[in-house]
Amino acid sequence: MKRAQTPSQTVGPFFHYALPWPGCGDVAGGGSEPIGCRLDLVPDGHRLFAPGSGARPAGEVIELVGCVLDGAGDPTPDVLIETWQADCDGRYGAPGFQGLGRCATGEDGTFRLRLIKPGRAGGPGDSVQAPHVAVGIIGRGLLKRLVTRAYFEGDEGHDEDPVLTLVPAERRDTLMARADGAGRFRFDIVLQGQGETVFFEF
Amino acid sequence: MSPPELCFSLHTATPRDMLRIQMISASRYVAEDEEAQPPLLFPPYRSTVLRAPKRPPVRIPQTLTEITGPASAWESLGGPACSDLTKQHAGAPLGQRIVMAGRVLDEAGRPVPRTLIEVWQANAAGRYAHAKDQWDAPLDPNFTGAGRLVTDDEGRYRLTTIRPGAYPWGNHDNAWRPAHIHLSLFGAAFASRLVTQCYFEGDPLIALDPIAASVPEGARERLIARFDLGLTEPSFALGYVFDIVLRGPASTPTEDPA
Ligand SMILES: [Fe+3]
Repeated sequence: MKRAQTPSQTVGPFFHYALPWPGCGDVAGGGSEPIGCRLDLVPDGHRLFAPGSGARPAGEVIELVGCVLDGAGDPTPDVLIETWQADCDGRYGAPGFQGLGRCATGEDGTFRLRLIKPGRAGGPGDSVQAPHVAVGIIGRGLLKRLVTRAYFEGDEGHDEDPVLTLVPAERRDTLMARADGAGRFRFDIVLQGQGETVFFEF
Repeated sequence: MSPPELCFSLHTATPRDMLRIQMISASRYVAEDEEAQPPLLFPPYRSTVLRAPKRPPVRIPQTLTEITGPASAWESLGGPACSDLTKQHAGAPLGQRIVMAGRVLDEAGRPVPRTLIEVWQANAAGRYAHAKDQWDAPLDPNFTGAGRLVTDDEGRYRLTTIRPGAYPWGNHDNAWRPAHIHLSLFGAAFASRLVTQCYFEGDPLIALDPIAASVPEGARERLIARFDLGLTEPSFALGYVFDIVLRGPASTPTEDPA
């Protein structure tokens, strides 16, 4: 029987004790602190969804950091960043690699994730995608999730990537995570206005 | 029967089995239904004004990135399902006990198994157990209001909780959110991710709520849980039905061709 889609609604400002869990920002595993959640907003004694696998997937560990800004240039303290990515060989959903990361923004609008540098996955037809991380942005004031991608400055394959090449050249830099020290990439997200990040539909 | 139409080729040096699994699961998802979904900019909900992008989204093809998802991850991430929010503390929470149950389906009516449903809600007085909820309605020491469920092979879920209260917010003069439960669904594909809210049949605040009103009129009723006597448990809890329909894969030849 045909069914119609359930409409999206905003996540609201009070998701912090339901969606993120300690370590949800640590896709690479083994980080020194359980990044991703805002324990300051979680009620005492609340049992959060705790990761149990302790997996340490293969590949280069990188940090993806950034700030989410609104149309007034102000940081957004009530946004959830979600990442979905391939493993270091470009495989999605490979055993031992969950590929999902989450990080609630801090009061200063910043997020930090420990990821595995993704490999190249196939694209439509004969194309090959450049390494990238899919990024979902969920937040108060967002009636639907926004979706973008973080590519990595200096990687091969940007000029043949089947998604990046669809973006007007002058806006592609909004999709580039910039090297910011060893193993660290900076990816700011501008929701609206000057320097607005490119968002996708598919 | 013709083989599934495959739009993807993998050039990475992956084990053959993995490649086969990815190819088999590679199928396009139907597009977002514009008649079902709210716009990003909806000025009556004031917080959209500075957060909605001004530029239209760039349309891209669905690649493996969009059509894969963490459906198999929930067990390895650990943590038990927590489907009864009335039993998270030493005592019972105050309020009307309810059971909310339904199925997660795609647009062809196929069940969506192994979808993680995360829920959170205010207590019976309309207060969240969240540090930033500063309204003076009482907290309930026996109610936190966060749970997680994973749908079964038929896409079913079942939540036991208490009916949340309405609460005021600063959007406009005398603004009150209708009673609602927040839901987040993630499973088979990055493309089918959904965050939504479920309201309750008969609540007069729904018609006054700009967040609910952001949804096109014909689709708004899909956010309303319906009282159901069959689900109602004698001497225990009122029953409400709420089905959720996600973007699904376009039909493949292995499915019902109709
Ligand atoms: Fe709410």
